[in-house]
Amino acid sequence: MHTNLAAQINSFLAAMVLLTAFGMLVQRRMYGLIHLFAWQGLFLSISTAIVGFVAGAHHLYISSILTLSLKVILLPYILHVLIQRLKIHKEVETIVNVPMTMLIGIALVIFSYHLTAPVRELSTLMTRSTLAVALATVMLGLLMMITRKHAVTQIIGFLAMENGLFFAATSATYGMPLVVELGVALDILIAAFIFGIFFFHIHKTFDSLDVDQMARLKEGD
Amino acid sequence: MILYPFIIEILQLLIILALAPVFAGWIKMLKCWSQGRTSPGLFQPYRDIIKLFSKDVVIAGNASWIFRFTPYLVFGVAVLAGGIVPMLSVDLPLAATADVIALVALFAIARFFTALAGMDIGTAFGGMGSSREMTIASLAEPAMLMAIFTVSLASKSTSLSEMVQVIYSGLSVFRPSLAFALLAFILITLAETGRIPVDNPATHLELTMIHEAMILEYSGRHLALLEWAGMMKLFLFVMLGVAVFAPWGIEASGDFAAIPAAFLFMILKLAAAGAGLVLIETGLAKMRLFRLTEFLGSAFLLATLGMLSYFILE
Amino acid sequence: MPLLILLSVPLFAAIVLAFIGDRKYAPEINILGSAATFAAGISLALEVYAEGPMLAGGKFFFVDAFNVYLAVLTSFVSMTTAIFSRRYMRKERQDGHVGPIRMRFYHAMFQLFIFAMLLCLLTNNVGVLWIAMELATLSTVLLVSLYRTPSAIEAAWKYFILCGVGIALALFGTVLLYFAAEKVLGAGGEALLWTNLSQVSGKLEPTVLSLAFVFLMVGYGTKVGLVPVHNWLPDAHSEGPTPISAVLSGLLLNVALYALVRCKVLVDGSTGTHHAGDIMMGFGLLSIIVAAFSLLRQKDIKRMFAYSSIEHMGIATFAFGLGGPIATFGALLHMLVHSLTKSSIFFTVGHASQMHWTQEMDRIKGLIKGNPLVGWGLMFGVMAIVGMPPFGVFTSEFLILTATMKDAPFLTPFLLLGFAVAFAALFRRVQPMVTGPVPSYQRPLKAAHIPVMLHMALVLVIGIYMPDFLNRWFHTAVELLK
Repeated sequence: MHTNLAAQINSFLAAMVLLTAFGMLVQRRMYGLIHLFAWQGLFLSISTAIVGFVAGAHHLYISSILTLSLKVILLPYILHVLIQRLKIHKEVETIVNVPMTMLIGIALVIFSYHLTAPVRELSTLMTRSTLAVALATVMLGLLMMITRKHAVTQIIGFLAMENGLFFAATSATYGMPLVVELGVALDILIAAFIFGIFFFHIHKTFDSLDVDQMARLKEGD
Repeated sequence: MILYPFIIEILQLLIILALAPVFAGWIKMLKCWSQGRTSPGLFQPYRDIIKLFSKDVVIAGNASWIFRFTPYLVFGVAVLAGGIVPMLSVDLPLAATADVIALVALFAIARFFTALAGMDIGTAFGGMGSSREMTIASLAEPAMLMAIFTVSLASKSTSLSEMVQVIYSGLSVFRPSLAFALLAFILITLAETGRIPVDNPATHLELTMIHEAMILEYSGRHLALLEWAGMMKLFLFVMLGVAVFAPWGIEASGDFAAIPAAFLFMILKLAAAGAGLVLIETGLAKMRLFRLTEFLGSAFLLATLGMLSYFILE
Repeated sequence: MPLLILLSVPLFAAIVLAFIGDRKYAPEINILGSAATFAAGISLALEVYAEGPMLAGGKFFFVDAFNVYLAVLTSFVSMTTAIFSRRYMRKERQDGHVGPIRMRFYHAMFQLFIFAMLLCLLTNNVGVLWIAMELATLSTVLLVSLYRTPSAIEAAWKYFILCGVGIALALFGTVLLYFAAEKVLGAGGEALLWTNLSQVSGKLEPTVLSLAFVFLMVGYGTKVGLVPVHNWLPDAHSEGPTPISAVLSGLLLNVALYALVRCKVLVDGSTGTHHAGDIMMGFGLLSIIVAAFSLLRQKDIKRMFAYSSIEHMGIATFAFGLGGPIATFGALLHMLVHSLTKSSIFFTVGHASQMHWTQEMDRIKGLIKGNPLVGWGLMFGVMAIVGMPPFGVFTSEFLILTATMKDAPFLTPFLLLGFAVAFAALFRRVQPMVTGPVPSYQRPLKAAHIPVMLHMALVLVIGIYMPDFLNRWFHTAVELLK
């Protein structure tokens, strides 16, 4: 019963992660996006901690704290500061064809479900069903990076993908070995500094963070 | 006790007829309070209805039978639907014959005739209202059915009584599919019953009104019936939501003694739902018509996610 | 021990260079660091050559014939690139393209990049391999945008985003790999060690591994620059500083391909089929054809050679996918000679564009008369890269063609078509650039000649006479990759 309840809570958190992923897909406001991203990180962190507790995989506590400090506190804070410094916090992004994007998103969820079917059948872990959600989160982050044209949004999509990957590691195998998780976290941290620098460069050079303006490099000219 | 279900059925019909205006009054009252105005009281909708009944009916010369027939049909449908949704007890004779899909179809019939009546006279507003109403319906109904299917999957039945029983007995708070379905259902309720942010029930501003535009030509007892039916529809949607997503207190044992308690529970849940609705309505601004596709698209998305998470996560 | 030195020297050099900043002797320290790395690489190679594969650092590092040869190549090309970059970047500074802060950054990041690649090659842990690969991307992203022109920033952004996405998919593949490995080897770091994995590859769950390979293929394939996930490559190569283009083309692509090949060995070992190899052949062939035809349309000289890199990585990927001793031998050789030739070409191209103040091919003329070393260097480089005898690329391409005719004859025409189109496209463009009179706007330049001559000589030697140790070395590697 104990494990059963934990599995249910975990499924619920997985659903919330998925919901935030969809929310980010259609959120137009910068702050809204960052908040959704922070929420996603929080759900992820709680889920990781619960899995760690129930499965007795104590290194997951470290992953959980890592997610909490990095994805819920530090990165949203950095993004917050960046968009305030760049004075783009009031920018509202235009998104074309929201219903279509949502339909594609749903298709991606179904696709992920089918793709992870062999793993689900082989796995004996209580978290096995959430792997599909994890892959769907990765795919939705990818979709977000494709459909959105704002540099900050693309980065948030990228980070959401990383969230999905973290989640995948937890649900498929109760987390990767610690050295790998730490290394991945370090890479994300470095990436955060790099995109921070990038925002300033892009803003300075193009006077906006709309990536559509970057169309100098095209084929055949 | 063989008569028990029939007594319950009649009791339910009485409750919906009597309580729907009170519920509407309760919402108005809360709204007034939230805006710092003095409220007209819980029973103002009764007075409005009585006033309308006492007035003469004015009908345009070119109105056909559809125009005259529609108010009675809409009212009848609302009453009939009231017999299906379990409020006090799951032991309803009508619920056994008509499941939740039939319920959606009943509402669709009412809407269809209202839209026809809106166009019947041939005024510009009626046609506009009808076309808008049908636009919303075409988006809301798939979402509604999707949400219902999700719950039916979770409870393995489309009969409302059974759904309530299954969910009541094996209830777990952390079922993602139900959570998604509930969110979708709330959005759909706002759209179907014409509340903010989809439609504003309190305005007759020509550019924004939807439901009011359709029934603009009605007067007297026809209007009274339509208004009453509208209140019943809102009441029914709330009761449907309560029955499916928060069935605590609904009586399932076939015992008369439990009915008062069930009634009390119902009143409490209604009051809470009304407060929630007012919270949503005061917190949001009315949406532009073109944004509605996104709003109802989200409802559809949520319902679909609910169904997917039933398969993926449960 | 040499392994530890090999890895710590570039890391140490990166820190030192970050502190030294833009002193006058910074380029020399850069060269010194790379030379020390190269020396360590050689001694490691000798050790492995004498004693066979070895584990080090508590199984954390693993060295065999396959990765040590790439490690030596990496340290060698990084050394010659450091030599080249001394003169090249000095000129860029004089022209005002970069300032002191960016030079400090450039040197430090260059060494960090070398470190990341060496870590990638030498680590035994598939997860760490991923981390190092990401680090290699991150350390070069800001080097691509070093000039801060709008196009450079756009190129770097594309590089960052596309490779970020790609590498994320590769991580998902790694997670799946770990899932399969955990079932056999138990949880913990041991289950991600390549040496353990390759021993039990037959027991790993085939369906999961096939799925994992799809993600790994797309992920690491992005870094290899395989079509259709190659879009970042031409931009990053054309807009970054030329030494970076040289190491990206000559080294990073190789390292990514190395990761892919390691995964392929595991997956084919598990499934017992040729599934993974087929996927690689498909990607490889598509890259060859698309890149060859794209070559025809290019106007920017660095961009053109970037497409040529895509084509050659396609050839190597195709050959690894084909498998078999001859094709694998050819692929290993191809990685080596392509890396040497392409970096040498980029050295000459860098000087040529400095001489003409532009990367547009229409404006580059009379190179042989203007600067014989650059002119002939480019000429021979192109002759080598299109696969003319007696250069080494001819040998490797010939081997790969032979193997294709034997194992997959129906694919030979496509391969030949790619070679022929690439040949025509490159020659058509290069001839007007090297011959003819010197245009008025050309300026004289002191070119870095050692790297070019060294690389071309090596390619020539390998083409004419393959040294015995190299031959034996490759054979050992082929055995490993069976």
